[in-house]
Amino acid sequence: MDNSLYQRRRLRNRFHLTMSVLTAAFGLCWLVFILAMLLIKGLGGLNLAVFTQMTPPPGSDGGLLNAIVGSLILTFLGVAIGTPLAILAGTYMAEYGRYSKLTNIVRFINDILLSAPSIVIGLFVYGIMVRPMGYFSGLAGSVALAILVVPVVVRTTEDMLLLVPNQMREAAAALGAPRWTVIRYVSYRAAKTGIITGILLAIARISGETAPLLFTALNNQFWSTNILGPMPSLPVVIFQFALSPYEDWQRLAWTGALLITVAVLTLSILARVLVSRKES
Amino acid sequence: MAHFAVNAAADSLSNAKPKMDIKDVSFFYNENKALKNISLPLYEQRVTALIGPSGCGKSTLLRILNRIYELYPGQRAEGVITLDGENILDPKLDANLLRSKVGMVFQKPTPFPMTIYDNIAFGVRLYMKPSRAEMDQIVESSLTRTALWNEVKDRLHTSALGLSGGQQQRLCIARTVAIKPEVVLFDEPTSALDPISTAKIEELIDELKRDFTIVIVTHNMQQAARVADQTAFMYLGDLIEAGPTTSMFSNPKDNRTLDYITGRFG
Repeated sequence: MDNSLYQRRRLRNRFHLTMSVLTAAFGLCWLVFILAMLLIKGLGGLNLAVFTQMTPPPGSDGGLLNAIVGSLILTFLGVAIGTPLAILAGTYMAEYGRYSKLTNIVRFINDILLSAPSIVIGLFVYGIMVRPMGYFSGLAGSVALAILVVPVVVRTTEDMLLLVPNQMREAAAALGAPRWTVIRYVSYRAAKTGIITGILLAIARISGETAPLLFTALNNQFWSTNILGPMPSLPVVIFQFALSPYEDWQRLAWTGALLITVAVLTLSILARVLVSRKES
Repeated sequence: MAHFAVNAAADSLSNAKPKMDIKDVSFFYNENKALKNISLPLYEQRVTALIGPSGCGKSTLLRILNRIYELYPGQRAEGVITLDGENILDPKLDANLLRSKVGMVFQKPTPFPMTIYDNIAFGVRLYMKPSRAEMDQIVESSLTRTALWNEVKDRLHTSALGLSGGQQQRLCIARTVAIKPEVVLFDEPTSALDPISTAKIEELIDELKRDFTIVIVTHNMQQAARVADQTAFMYLGDLIEAGPTTSMFSNPKDNRTLDYITGRFG
């Protein structure tokens, strides 16, 4: 055996191992840095008032209640509008239209939509809803969010339904079950966890979106559950407060950022747990 | 000459009535002709085994009998197959209606992701609206029929995915017979099972033929010899020969049949 050759290979291996560990650590550092900063700056402002009081004018005490509730309403409506459409589209692609050309076209367009900048979507909804209606509204915000939900859920629904073995469909069809019965009672059941995971990921995606809400739902300093009027939301409040010169607003912005991060993190973990439970 | 333990209880075909009749059937995957002018009667209360090497078209033939191939594009059958005199390949005949009369059990057990009870109720509800008590009765009798009742009666409302492979396959058979078909098709039903489960399924087939016309595709010649009354040997899309199992295995007419059953290829 050529010992020097072996030694050289060993050294090269060491070098690459060290490099990849270092770069991985470098990436992780920033993540930890961001989380730590959020915790330090956000935890300080976290108190009961955050959940019980409205966003304040500069210089007075207040909380984020209206923004939190606004975000919940906008997200809920966005998901409620987007999910049924997306699940049906995904169902078409994986079940009825699996072999059709239309499915390939839809999949291509959906992939484009998946990576479309969210500010473009905000502008689009501004153009088709806010301008013609003449006012900013929570509804327009929800529609913008729904457009972000659709591609994520279409993709996961199609993928998860494609994972259901064809034999399962054949077995149900062999009993004489019509297509929709097969889909509803067999395919959906088999793909249920996957589809729910997709919805959770979509929620996580939209709950931090600011751009599509800026010129649709706008913002509202007061309590508002009227979806036909401007509505506050956490991301927009953070955007506005963080850029302000007022220290108390900045503190609230950090707290809001922490709340969103924790919510998104929780959803992602939930989605992971669901997936791993399905696999086991 | 091949020596096989041929089913001693095999009924002769001479006094058997054809239930289905395959007449000059060809099958195409797109332009590719996979079956060439097959003709074969399938007898009532008898078991017909389709044997042959991989890719010979035996599963394809089986999948025409309940028109399950129609789920996929580009597949097409020509010819006539009658069930009680009616041509089932007639596109005017509703495929789902046909499948209520011609049931199918697949190679891999395919329990639906629901409870054991619901696996059986699923098919029944497609055709009937039984009361709770009637449904309980149907579930019990079909599970008893497939010798599964004693094993699962205490966990009817748990997921069917928790059953063993052999149990799952018997559940699939129970689910199929619960809707009272006239013909039952088995597509290599034991190739994913251990020998004990296989023996149970074979016993079951023997028992089921009292009420059904049975067609079974198998890779296992001993299995064909054990369960079938009629055996058909297929090769490269042709039906080489068919006849009573006893004479097929003891006195095959075609050299290719002889080569196959003596293990010279396949």
